[in-house]
Amino acid sequence: MAALDSDSDEDLVSYGTGLEPLEEGERPKKPIPLQDQTVRDEKGRYKRFHGAFSGGFSAGYFNTVGSKEGWTPSSFVSSRQNRADRSVLGPEDFMDEEDLSEFGIAPKAIVTTDDFASKTKDRIREKARQLAAATAPIPGATLLDDLITPTKLSVGFELLRKMGWKEGQGIGPRVKRRPRRQKPDPGVKIYGCALPPGGSEGSEVEEDDDYLPENVTFAPKDVTPVDFTPKDNVHGLAYKGLDPHQALFGTSGEHFNLFSGGPEGANNLLGDIGVNKGRKLGISGQAFGVGALEEEDDDIYATETLSKYDTVLKDEEPGDGLYGWTAPRQYKSQKETEKDLRYVGRILDGFSLASKPLSSKKIYPPPELPRDYRPVHYFRPVVAATSENSHLLQVLSESAGKPVHDHGTHSRHQLNASKRGELLGETPTQGATTSVLEFLSQKDKERLKEMKQATELKAAQLKARSLAQSASSSRPQPSPPDVGHRSWHMVLSAGTAATRASDFKPFAKDPEKQKRYEAFLVNMKRGQRDALERCLDPSMTEWERGRERDEFARAAVLYASSHSTLSSRFTHAKEEDDSEQVEVPRDQENDVNDKQSAVKMKMFGKLTRDTFEWHPDKLLCKRFNVPDPYPDSTLVGLPRVKRDKYSVFNFLTIPETASSPAAQASSEKVPQRQGSDKSRKPSRWDTSKQEKKEDSISEFLSLARSKVGPPKQESGPSVNEEEEHVTESLPDKVVNKGVDSQTEGEGSRPSMDLFKAIFASSSDEKSSSSEDEQGDSEDDQEGTREADFQNSRETDLVETSPVAQATEPAPQEPAPFFPIQKMQVDAEEFGPRLPPVFCPNARQKPEVPQKEKHKKNKEKHKTKKEHRRKKEKKKKHRKHKHKSKQKSRKSEKSSSSESTDSSDSESEGEGTADLSPQELLRRLKHLPLRRQ
Amino acid sequence: MLLRTYSGHGYEVLDAAGSFDNSSLCSGGGDKAVVLWDVASGQVVRKFRGHAGKVNTVQFNEEATVILSGSIDSSIRCWDCRSRRPEPVQTLDEARDGISSVKVSDHEVLAGSVDGRVRRYDLRMGQLFSDYVGSPITCTCFSRDGQCTLVSSLDSTLRLLDKDTGELLGEYTGHKNWEYKLDCCLSERDTHVVSCSEDGKVFFWDLVEGALALALPVGPGVVQSLAYHPTEPCLLTAMGGSVQCWREEAYEAEGGTG
Repeated sequence: MAALDSDSDEDLVSYGTGLEPLEEGERPKKPIPLQDQTVRDEKGRYKRFHGAFSGGFSAGYFNTVGSKEGWTPSSFVSSRQNRADRSVLGPEDFMDEEDLSEFGIAPKAIVTTDDFASKTKDRIREKARQLAAATAPIPGATLLDDLITPTKLSVGFELLRKMGWKEGQGIGPRVKRRPRRQKPDPGVKIYGCALPPGGSEGSEVEEDDDYLPENVTFAPKDVTPVDFTPKDNVHGLAYKGLDPHQALFGTSGEHFNLFSGGPEGANNLLGDIGVNKGRKLGISGQAFGVGALEEEDDDIYATETLSKYDTVLKDEEPGDGLYGWTAPRQYKSQKETEKDLRYVGRILDGFSLASKPLSSKKIYPPPELPRDYRPVHYFRPVVAATSENSHLLQVLSESAGKPVHDHGTHSRHQLNASKRGELLGETPTQGATTSVLEFLSQKDKERLKEMKQATELKAAQLKARSLAQSASSSRPQPSPPDVGHRSWHMVLSAGTAATRASDFKPFAKDPEKQKRYEAFLVNMKRGQRDALERCLDPSMTEWERGRERDEFARAAVLYASSHSTLSSRFTHAKEEDDSEQVEVPRDQENDVNDKQSAVKMKMFGKLTRDTFEWHPDKLLCKRFNVPDPYPDSTLVGLPRVKRDKYSVFNFLTIPETASSPAAQASSEKVPQRQGSDKSRKPSRWDTSKQEKKEDSISEFLSLARSKVGPPKQESGPSVNEEEEHVTESLPDKVVNKGVDSQTEGEGSRPSMDLFKAIFASSSDEKSSSSEDEQGDSEDDQEGTREADFQNSRETDLVETSPVAQATEPAPQEPAPFFPIQKMQVDAEEFGPRLPPVFCPNARQKPEVPQKEKHKKNKEKHKTKKEHRRKKEKKKKHRKHKHKSKQKSRKSEKSSSSESTDSSDSESEGEGTADLSPQELLRRLKHLPLRRQ
Repeated sequence: MLLRTYSGHGYEVLDAAGSFDNSSLCSGGGDKAVVLWDVASGQVVRKFRGHAGKVNTVQFNEEATVILSGSIDSSIRCWDCRSRRPEPVQTLDEARDGISSVKVSDHEVLAGSVDGRVRRYDLRMGQLFSDYVGSPITCTCFSRDGQCTLVSSLDSTLRLLDKDTGELLGEYTGHKNWEYKLDCCLSERDTHVVSCSEDGKVFFWDLVEGALALALPVGPGVVQSLAYHPTEPCLLTAMGGSVQCWREEAYEAEGGTG
C-alpha cells in the first residue's frame, strides 16, 4: 500500500507488498480475474480449497500425498559392499511440512516456555480449561494440574512480588478506602483483597462498613478484566454450551437445565466429580455415541421422548413463559407426575411410565392331534410310479394300508404342472419355453410318435413279463449282477418314458453312434432285454460292442433322471463357457497296458512309441546351436488343448483305450460307416483316435483278424471250435499269439483289477501247488463246476441278454479250485474271457518253463500293481467312477467272453500251443466226457 | 592324491558331470540344487535352485552352455549357464515319475524315468519320442554312433533300442538290477554293452550277439556306477566309497574288452 521509501520516513510502517513501480508509457496491467487467481503455498504448489461450498471434498491427490502416484515406494538397494542402513522412520517422515509449522499439528516453532509464560489467571481461559477438563477423557488430569502448581513461579510473578505485590491483590497504587460500590454481587466471584494482619476475612468484610482506620491503605481490588473476546459464533448471547455435568453424569431423564451452568457450575465441578466418583466418566449422550469404555449403552439413543416436552402452552404456569421445556427441575417433575398419575394410580420412585404400551404376545393353542396319531415315522421305500413296477407299488401301498391309486386318479400331489393344467383346461404353453420336440424335424416327430405308440403297446406286455420275472426270481440263486442290471433296466424304462429319446444326445458327435443309442433307448422302452444286442452295429468287433453297450447303459442311466419337463425349460448356452474347460496336453501318452503287452512280447517299436510335437524353448535351441523347429510358434513344451472339465463323457467312456482299433477294423469292412466317420466333426475322441492311428495295434489287429478270418467270425459250438483250432493253430501260432495277447490286452485291461483282487494273493499258492498232484476228486469237482458253468452259459445264450451274462463272473470266484493251467492263462494275460473249454490235464504239461513264466508274471504283477496303486491314489476322487468301471468291466468281460468263443479257444490254444499234437488229441478225447 | 574338494552342497551329491573343456563341473544332489563349479578355483559359479526334489542326474550340453538336470520331481530343467537368470530356460515335465537318467547329444535330450518310459526330446525336429519300456528306467545312454539308445531298467534287463523307430535291437540279461539306480554304458567302439550289477560285478555283453562276454568281479558290494573312456578301453567303476580304474592290459586275456 504505502510504497514509501524507508529512508524518507522511518516512522511509517508498511504493510503488504508494494506494487511494482509503473514504467513510463506502460499501460497498467489488467487485474487477474478472481477465478483465474490461484492460491499457492510457500512451496509453490497449488492449494485447493475444498469443502461443502466448493464442490465437496475434492477428489484427487490435492492436499494428500502431493503427487499423482501417491506414495511412491522407495527402492531398497542393498548389496554386499553397500549395506543399506536400516532407517527407523518416525511419524515426522510421513508428515507434511505444514504440519510442522507454527500452526500445524506438531509445531516446531520457537515458543516461550512455561517458565516465562504468564501465570495470570485468565478467567475465560480458566473456564475453557475447566470445560476441557471435564470433557477430556480423563477429567481429573487438568484438575490435578490446577491443584499442583509448580514451585517455580513465572518471571512476572517474581517481579511483581519483589515490588510488594501479593497474590490476590490487584495491581496498582494502594488506595485509602475501598469504595462502597465495589462490594461484590453475590453471584459474582470475588478475588478477595489482601487481609489485614490478624483478622479473618469474614470479620473484615463485616467490619468494612463502619470501621475504617485512617492509616490503613488497601491494595486495589483485583478485578476481572472485561471480556473483550469477540462473539464469533452464532449462538445466542450468553450461551455457554452444554454443561458437562449434564452430559457426563447422566441425568437423562430430566430436562437439561441449560441455565443452571455458569459460575457455580464451574465452581462445584470438583465437588461433583467427587460425588460421582463411582460412575464411569466420559461423555455420553445422543450426540456422542457409545464409547468403547462405556458399559451402559441403553440410554444413549432416543432417550428424549415427547413426554419431556410441553405440547400445550400453559398460561397458568408460574414464570413468564421462561419455563418451557427448559423448566426447572422441581417444576417439571411435578408436572410430569401429575400427567402420569392420570393413567396409572401411582408410580414408584425411579420408574417412569413407558411411552409405548407393551404389545402382548398372541398365544395360539396347539393343534389338536388326531386320536390315532403315533409320534413315530416309518419310512417306506419309494418307488417311482411306472407302468412296469406298478405291481410293486401296489404291494407297497397295500402294505402301507393306503388305498391304491389308480393311474387315472392321481392324488393332487402326484399331479405335475402340466397335468394340473390339463385338468383346468388350460392350453399348454406355447412358444420358446416348450419342449425340445418343437425343434425336431417332422420326420423325427413321426418317429417319436411311433416310438411312443410302441411304448404304450409294449407296456402291458412288459408288465406281464416283469411279473413272470418276479415269479422266476424265486429261483434258487438269483445272481447279484442280474439284480443290478435289472435295476438300471428299470430306471431306464422309467426314465425313458419321460425323456423323449432325442432329449439328450450324448453321442451327438457321432451320429451313427447316436442313432444306435436311440435305437437302444427305444428297445429299452419296449422292454426288450436284448435291446443292446440289437441296436449295436453287427459289423463291430466284440470288444467295441462291449464297450459301447457299457457306454449306452450308463448314459441312459445318467440321463434317465433328467426329467423332460425340467429340461424343456432350459436352452443351450449360446456361447461356450471357457471356464468349464481345462487345458490339458493335446497328446497324452496313451494307455500303458497295450504297451505292456507289447513289451512282454518284446515288440518294441511302433507299439511302444509315442511321438508328440514338442516345442523347445527358443533360447534352448540357441544354446544347443540348433535352428528352432517351430520358428513362429510361441508355445513351449507340448501343445495344449482345452477340454471339457466336467464332461460326463470323461466318466462315461473308458478313456485309455479309445475305440479306434475296432472302429478302424469295422470301417474297413463297412464302407458307409467309413464315410460317416469322415464326415464327422472332430471331437475330442478324435484326437486320441488320430493319435492312435499311428499306434499300430489297430492295424496289427485288423491284419491279424483278416488272417484268422473265418474261425473268428463264426461262433459255433465250442467243441468244434476247439477242433478247428487245434488243426489250424500250429501254423498260425505266432500270429494267433499276437492277436490273442492283443485282444487280451484290450479286453482284459478293464478286468485286471478284478483279477488282481481275486487272484493276486492266490497266485503264490498256485505256483507252489503246481508241483503237487491234484486229487481226482478235485478234478471231478472241477468237472461238475465246469458243467454248471456251461449250463449257465447255455441258458444265457438262450436269453442272450446282458443281464444273464453278468452272472458269469460269479462262478469264477472260487479260484483256487481251478486247475493250474487255466489259472496261468488268466494270470498271464489278465484275460476276462473264461475259456469255455479247458484242459484238466494241466499237470501233464511241462512244468519248468511254466514256472519260470509264472515267476515273471508275478514280477509283472508287482510292478503293475504298484503302478496301479499310484494311479489310484491320483484318482481317488474318482473312486466312484472306478467302481462303476469295474462293474462295467465285469459285464463287458462276460459279454466278450461269451461272444468271442473263437478267440477264447485261441487263447486256450496259446496255453496249449507248447503241447505236442498227441497230447492235444488225447485231451480232445477227454473233453466230451467232461462235458457230460 | 586329492586335487581339490568342491564343497558347497547341503546334502549328498547324487551326480556330477564335467564340461567338454574340463573347465567347469556341474553337480546335483539331495539339496535340490544344481551347482556349477569352476574347476580351477573350486568356487561355486552358479547355484540353480528350482527343483522340488532331489536332483538325480545332471548333464552339460555339448558346449557347456546349458545344464540339464533330472530330478525325482519328475522334471528335467534346462539351466542357462550364460545368463544370470535364476529360472530354468525350459522345464521338461512330461514324465510321470522321477527322472533317473538324462543324457544329452548335440541336439537331443534322452531321459529315462521311473515311470518306465524313455523320452527323447529332439530339438532339431521339435518332437518328443516316448518309448515305453515298462519297468522303471535306471540308466539310458546313446550309442557312440548316435543310432541307438541303451536302456537299463529295474527288471534286470538292458535293452538296445533303435533311436529312430524305437525297435528293440538287443536285450542283455544276466546281471542283477532290482533296486538300485545302476549305470550302464557302451564300450569305446560300441562293441560291448557294459552294466553294473548288484552282485558286485560288471557285466560285459557282446553288442550284436547279446551274449555275455565277461562278468568282471569288482568287489563284494554293489557296483553303483561306471563310466567308460570315450576313446580308450578304460573303465571306471564305483563301489562303496572307492573308485577303480580298469585298463585293458590286465584283462586282455579274459575278455579282450576292457
